[in-house]
Amino acid sequence: MSLLEIQNLNKSFGGLSAVNNFNFCLEKGELVGLIGPNGAGKTTVFNLITGVYKPDKGSILFNEKNVEGLPPYTICARGIARTFQNIRLFNDLSVLDNVKIAAHKDVPYGLLTTILRTPNFFKGEEVIEQQAMQYLEIFKLADKKDELARNLPYGEQRRLEIARALATKPILLILDEPAAGMNPFETKELMEMIEWIRSDFDLSILLIEHDMSLVMGVCERIYVLDYGSIIAEGLPEEIRNNKKVIEAYLGEEVE
Amino acid sequence: MQTYKNNWAKFCGEVLILAALFTLVQYLITTGLLNQYYQINLTSMCINIILSVSLNLINGFTGQLSLGHAGFMAVGAYSSVIFTNMMGQPFIIGLLAACIISALAGFIIGVPTLRLKGDYLAIATLAFGEIIRVILQNIDYVNGPAGILGITKMTTWPWLFGATILTIVVIVNLINSSYGRAIISVREDEIASELMGINTTAYKVLAFVIGAMFAGLAGALYAHFFYIIKPETFNFLKSFDILVMVVLGGLGSTTGAIIAAVFITALTAVLQSFPAIRMILYALILIIVMIYRPQGLMGNKELSRQTFGKIWSGRK
Amino acid sequence: MLEFIQQMINGLSLGAIYALIALGYTMVYGIIKLINFAHGDIMMVGAFVGFFSLTLFGTNIIVAMVAAMLICAILGVLIEKVAYRPLRNSTRIAALITAIGVSLFLEYITIFLLGPSQRVFPESAFPIKAYNVAGLSILNKDVFVIVSAVVLMLILQYIIKWTKTGKAMRAVSLDQEAAVLMGISVDKTISITFAIGSALAAAAGVMYGVYYSTVNPLTGIIPGLKAFVAAVLGGIGIIPGAMAGGFIMGLLETMVSGYGNSLYRDAVAFGVLILILLIKPTGLFGKDTGEKV
Repeated sequence: MSLLEIQNLNKSFGGLSAVNNFNFCLEKGELVGLIGPNGAGKTTVFNLITGVYKPDKGSILFNEKNVEGLPPYTICARGIARTFQNIRLFNDLSVLDNVKIAAHKDVPYGLLTTILRTPNFFKGEEVIEQQAMQYLEIFKLADKKDELARNLPYGEQRRLEIARALATKPILLILDEPAAGMNPFETKELMEMIEWIRSDFDLSILLIEHDMSLVMGVCERIYVLDYGSIIAEGLPEEIRNNKKVIEAYLGEEVE
Repeated sequence: MQTYKNNWAKFCGEVLILAALFTLVQYLITTGLLNQYYQINLTSMCINIILSVSLNLINGFTGQLSLGHAGFMAVGAYSSVIFTNMMGQPFIIGLLAACIISALAGFIIGVPTLRLKGDYLAIATLAFGEIIRVILQNIDYVNGPAGILGITKMTTWPWLFGATILTIVVIVNLINSSYGRAIISVREDEIASELMGINTTAYKVLAFVIGAMFAGLAGALYAHFFYIIKPETFNFLKSFDILVMVVLGGLGSTTGAIIAAVFITALTAVLQSFPAIRMILYALILIIVMIYRPQGLMGNKELSRQTFGKIWSGRK
Repeated sequence: MLEFIQQMINGLSLGAIYALIALGYTMVYGIIKLINFAHGDIMMVGAFVGFFSLTLFGTNIIVAMVAAMLICAILGVLIEKVAYRPLRNSTRIAALITAIGVSLFLEYITIFLLGPSQRVFPESAFPIKAYNVAGLSILNKDVFVIVSAVVLMLILQYIIKWTKTGKAMRAVSLDQEAAVLMGISVDKTISITFAIGSALAAAAGVMYGVYYSTVNPLTGIIPGLKAFVAAVLGGIGIIPGAMAGGFIMGLLETMVSGYGNSLYRDAVAFGVLILILLIKPTGLFGKDTGEKV
């Protein structure tokens, strides 16, 4: 059984169909890309998977259980984490606190303990701190742990977002245009990062991206979306040469 | 990092300072050095601190603009008086009743209202605050618009001190924890917070209920000092009074809320004979702070042990 | 039956006043997404201007209304420029808090300058006459209020639909950035919106003074709130919605105080507000478009 299986997914916004008859599957350990021109509906698909939107029709099975229509925090608990096209960090919190929040869904102490400040509280906080610092160290952000998230340079903000997502200990990581705004050198670093986080954290990864070097470089399989429907699916070389895909991006060929 | 023993030492230090402060003021009151006028202002100050710190939890830390805080104060005031004056219970029962019933009111109002966002939420809370007032105006058991007079004076310095410290400690402890981080993340980016596994609605309701509970506590203390309560006392203008404190102090700083509460209490005392001027000043505070310094006095910084520690070691 | 129609007429007059005020709320919200808390107080200022026009300058009621409308239009533009424009890129909450500040300011500066007491509109400004139509006693002040309100609303509709200004207003409400790219002066358009909205509120204020005879510095609060509920009921940002909402609120209030418990009359507005916000926040005429993430 696939890790993520989507059947006949449909979503409209006030009469405009954003996603229609979307079928998709992703196996455990795979790295799959979702590409398509702007406005094709890619982020909408991500929002449907992560519970930000409820689908009008269709089903989303994660680990063989239905997740469509569930609230985002439940879906996170099931093991899906994501990053955003426009970085959504907690700007007025420190780098460290941003990552610590990921630990909250499994917080090791209760409200009463918090207010009474019993020993369990301090032990719990130490555990949370240690875990968060581990992630910061892996992503080379440890020296900026007390810096406000809003003050980080763009590239480091992206890293922090990924670190934060990984701190929720997901099984499936969804990346929405992680290379946006990066130069070719940074993109190459990102490609390497995606590869090693996949193996080090035993992840399956689903990726939206416009940068073709990244997509062709890391993705094992690619789906192409245009106007809310899938127009092609297959291996990178197949997609690269697919006439429909080329048309969608560049328009029809002049005879 | 902070070890448990380290914290214990600091904790004992803080307790000593607070005990000294308490004893000093109690001494001043008992010997009559702090006369009636100052006692009234001290009471108002403590009540204002409780109100602004509790509203700051909702508006400042959770980022949900609530404009009906006075409504919960009313619920607490009336509940406590029903238990003490009308049912002959001791003060502690009245205070507990105030806390529990206003927390319940916070829950009942919070659950439907907190699904709304931004200005819609603000208006809904304003409306609920007024609905509470109108309901109280129409209940004969509590004399409707005439209110309840001759409430026994049970609010004394020990109660005020205890309640104020309790409010501050509970809220500060809550904020400096994983739960606090969760609450702040709701303010920072609700969608990202949900996707991090945080049930944002639950946390909004939590903050709302805790805020409402302390507002109720303040109301109970108010009733048993100023001996008269009317529904009109707890109208939206009262809610705006509290809002001014929170905005001035800084949405997201407990220290700011406390400082602003003290300042506003002093301002009210000074301008007692000029209520219109006081309101004009409040209006100007709201406008000027929002335009020129929206982070208020303290922004979201706190005067913490660290700051005191730095000042102390700086002196050495 | 006759009694019922009598109540209906009262309801329509009251509704007309609410509708005029509601239009100001809805237009401002439509264009800058701000709940102008101070709008009810502009109605109060209009009532006071009308009062002084009638008493100090001895003008007739029409001149008084025009004077009120002119002065409040200027006041509205001034408030927008000083208090709201600096916050155009801030959060809506910040703007709402500022609007609360402006509201308090208007109320208490009036109390400070003119004292808190009631002012009574002179009987002579609008001598009451009753017309007997089919057994009903229709007062001339009802006719005045309803007719003036309808006339003003028709003028507004004309401006919105047929003038360049109106088109600019609609464009800025839909997409501010695009409007700028089309060469529309956003600042000017917003100022005009405030001017028109405030003028309508001022007219309502004068009508209120004629209808209820007394005004005081805090007069604007309750009608302002009810008009706001009317705007939300109709669909905030939607002009026909504000008109419909205003009349509905007027009729509702008259029915409740006529047939029900007048103590709960004010609470009706709050109740309606809560119900709309929980059931259909976009209002009667509003469309339900989801939020894009």
